[in-house]
Amino acid sequence: MDLKPIISKLHDLERKVLPVLKENTELSAIVKASKLQEIEVMRALQWLENKEVVKVNKEEKKIVILDSNGLKYKEEGFPERKFLESLSEEFQSLTVVAEKTKLEREELNACIGLLKRKLAIEVKKEEELMIKLGSQAEKILKEGTYEEKFLEKEFPLDLSSVKDVEKLAFDELKKRKSFLKVEDEKKLTIELTELGKELANEDLSGEFVNRLTTGMLKTGSWKDKQFRAYDVEINVPKVQMGKKHFVNDAVDYIKQIWMDLGFKEMTGNYVQSAFWDLDALFVPQDHPAREMQDTFYLNGKAKLPEFWEKIKEVHETGGETNSKGWQSKYSKEEAEKIMLRTHTTVLSAQTIAGLKKEDLPAKFFSVNKVFRNEALDWKHLFEFYQVEGIVIDPNANLKHLKGYLKEFYQKMGFSKVRMRPAHFPYTEPSVEVDVFHPVKKEWVELGGAGIFRPEVVKPLLGFECPVLAWGQGMGRIISEYWKIMDIRELYKNDLKQIREMKVWLK
Amino acid sequence: MPTITLNKKVFEQLVGKELPLEELKDRISMLGTDLESIEGNEITVEIFPNRPDLLSVQGFARAFSSFIGEKVGLKYYDIKSSGQKVIVEESVKVVRPYTACAIIKNINFDDEKIKEIIQIQEKLHITYGRNRKKMALGVYPMEKIGFPITYKAEDPNKIKFQPLEANKEMTGLQILSQHKTGREFGHLLEGQDKFPIFVDNNNQVLSMPPIINSDNLGKITEETKEVFIECSGFDYEVLSKCLNMVVTAFAEMGGEIYSLELDYPDSKKTSPDLTPEKMKLDLRYINKWLGLNLSEEEAKTQLEKMGYGYENGIVMIPAYRSDILHQVDLAEDIAIAYGYENFEETIPNVATVAEEDPLEKFSKKIREILVGLKLLEVKNYHLITKENLNEKMLLENEIIPLKNALGEHNHLRNWILPSLLLNLKDNQHHEYPQNIFEIGRTFVSGDTETKVVETEHLGITICHEKTDFTEVRQILAALMGSLGLEFSVKETSHPSFILGRVGEIIIKDIIVGFIGELSPKVLNNWELVVPVVGMELDLEKLFEVLKENKK
Repeated sequence: MDLKPIISKLHDLERKVLPVLKENTELSAIVKASKLQEIEVMRALQWLENKEVVKVNKEEKKIVILDSNGLKYKEEGFPERKFLESLSEEFQSLTVVAEKTKLEREELNACIGLLKRKLAIEVKKEEELMIKLGSQAEKILKEGTYEEKFLEKEFPLDLSSVKDVEKLAFDELKKRKSFLKVEDEKKLTIELTELGKELANEDLSGEFVNRLTTGMLKTGSWKDKQFRAYDVEINVPKVQMGKKHFVNDAVDYIKQIWMDLGFKEMTGNYVQSAFWDLDALFVPQDHPAREMQDTFYLNGKAKLPEFWEKIKEVHETGGETNSKGWQSKYSKEEAEKIMLRTHTTVLSAQTIAGLKKEDLPAKFFSVNKVFRNEALDWKHLFEFYQVEGIVIDPNANLKHLKGYLKEFYQKMGFSKVRMRPAHFPYTEPSVEVDVFHPVKKEWVELGGAGIFRPEVVKPLLGFECPVLAWGQGMGRIISEYWKIMDIRELYKNDLKQIREMKVWLK
Repeated sequence: MPTITLNKKVFEQLVGKELPLEELKDRISMLGTDLESIEGNEITVEIFPNRPDLLSVQGFARAFSSFIGEKVGLKYYDIKSSGQKVIVEESVKVVRPYTACAIIKNINFDDEKIKEIIQIQEKLHITYGRNRKKMALGVYPMEKIGFPITYKAEDPNKIKFQPLEANKEMTGLQILSQHKTGREFGHLLEGQDKFPIFVDNNNQVLSMPPIINSDNLGKITEETKEVFIECSGFDYEVLSKCLNMVVTAFAEMGGEIYSLELDYPDSKKTSPDLTPEKMKLDLRYINKWLGLNLSEEEAKTQLEKMGYGYENGIVMIPAYRSDILHQVDLAEDIAIAYGYENFEETIPNVATVAEEDPLEKFSKKIREILVGLKLLEVKNYHLITKENLNEKMLLENEIIPLKNALGEHNHLRNWILPSLLLNLKDNQHHEYPQNIFEIGRTFVSGDTETKVVETEHLGITICHEKTDFTEVRQILAALMGSLGLEFSVKETSHPSFILGRVGEIIIKDIIVGFIGELSPKVLNNWELVVPVVGMELDLEKLFEVLKENKK
């Protein structure tokens, strides 16, 4: 294998660390031998590992070490052996044993209990405690106890190396006072791979340039230098970028579609009078949607435009529209209520009111916020986007409505559009727009549309003209694009989410 | 919107045809009703508010049957005269002036039918009756009632009867204060000196509309064979339509409709009246509206599928339809009969010029510049608490409240920085720096039609350990430089910022915003432990200056 390409990629730190690894496997030793900082060694090791030159084994293990008594007995032998060796086939008193063995009172007691269990001694109680060798004594004296065998091992000891048959001894010894301790140990061992072994034998001292400098460029000294090759395949730390909010990304896309179709943007106030938001759109004044629970109201009374009585007339009798109207009394007070707009259709009404005959045909759109008095939950927002559009065209008809919507949805990624009958007080026919979801394979409801009633158009425009109109929801499409299940996530303003969100690509 | 639940067997019997499930589902939604579910023998359908006549299984089946071509055309219902009378006294004029009534005979009530009648009544009350305000409906077994019936208003203390769901006699006032239904609908009689009641010839109370029926006279059982029906309210036309919806539903159940005479103080009326209303068909108008080219014969077929009659250019509208105001309403029904699915989409070749709103376009540019300066855009609600706008910012500005908002979103924001501080507070577990901006609308009181002035603002906050005034000033300079605007900053004081580290941003003697280091007290109020600098700009003023420059 040609080692040159790899050698050329080695960083200075790697060059210093690598030769040391032939002799050393432990971090502390490597740090010492390389004369580098620990952090520098760590970095070098990480790079080397990425290059598959070394294997860094991170071991987290439990090790057994001897405590004070353990160390003592390892040297002097177990007290129970001394105890046993002092006995004979005849009973002798504990005092005698104590004298012979020089053991402490506490140790003596421990030995008695322990050896009795092992059947190594027999005990009888007279004036004093009398002890002689038991049935297993000979075997134990000859072969040693399992505790003794365990202590013969080399410590510190890897806990995982303790065999099942040794477990009993280990458990017994752990119970004894200050005998064994079990500690956690994190151990880093560094091992050269086959590649690493080869590399370590190479001459790594060559002169490589890390960073190209202005100085080199000015003097031309780069000409006789070799550049260290980088590992260009490796991941680098993330960079902090600036970003547009993802919802605005989608909004801009949708706006562009309408502009591509020749539509002009409408804008207007969020705060509107009930007159504009509802009455001008022929929503009856006792319509359930006007109730407090559906609409945000503000204090005060709005000023109505000069032509307000025309709208009153349309509501009450149909005015000059050949309609019967709602045939109920129109209340100015109701019209003067101030509210947050419940739909961007209010912008359509205001736009129509500003048009003259010579402006036609005309097409307008808006992608903007509307408000509903709803409690915030995973599928409801009180403030959300509506995609609004109107086509004011003396020759417009229902087929055109479907045409415009189909064109729009095609650009949104839905090729099939369906109209279903629906009801809105300001359109006739009223249409519910469904698109066929290509993945879910089902029809999804996205909003309302229709042709504005003459009761809406005539008082505002001054003459009759078909006006195609739609108000589509967008939350569903947007959330789905970003796989958002809880619609509140759209405006959570979690900076990590905004940073990492992919852009709108349709 | 109201939903009704239909018994599928009863429905199919009334329709006269059983459709395969898929077709049934499809046809229901193409008729202009939203199918909620079909489960076992129960069909649940959402009815749009313009079609209260569909709020009964009978009404719905009638429309459906003609829609699928089973029983088409205008349906005639026979009305016989009962010879009975309802006297309407002058006294009801101020409280609830009108009633329309009818009698139904020869009907066999069973459990299912009683359920259906309760459903019709409830649904009509809620929707067409606007929660009984506009219209309330009562149905009474005939056997206990003596004619003539009188509709009058009386002192509520003198009204005495045992209402439904009560075990004793109560006065009118007691019902309003003690009875469950009385408490729910009592507001409809609030402030009235006299309450309306129906009484029979023995002065027994039938009911006290729009609140409750008598337990004795106002309860239908399986023994009932004949019923008296009344609608009460404020507009005779509305009541008459509603009564027609109900009596035709009874007729579909097998009952016979009988009329009676209503003796109003100044006129006599015969009720119910099922004479169809007539409207001239403007086929040219309708064809143009829909983009179709239907012949008269074809239009007739479609109208008949929607339950209309048609003869010599005249459409006969069923007397239970309340939603036909104009030709366009006929157009819609013809479109539904023709089938929305059969309209082919076309885009006309109309040249119009597209244009983005100039201020929106300007905002987009600003956004681009700021993203280039590595700022992240956030998007907050326009509704926020007053505490966030004022108290936490050490201000006492006038803030516009909403009248009926619940929870934390109850005021219109007058500036953007508090929204941004809220974001910083919520993001403390994320990486710094947190440099964010928002372009959005702000609201203050002013002299407009709605007394509210709305302005687009830009808010920027820079938040990290080492930030200072210089950093945000650099951003301001970069922004203004990109826009080709010369600006100056003049020291000022502002309670939200550190004294001596806040300035007004001025372009051509116009203050367009302010910039500074947020006061530690403010940061404390937001529980923020990292320094924040920021600025807020009036984008509309900026835009105006730019426009002036162009000239």
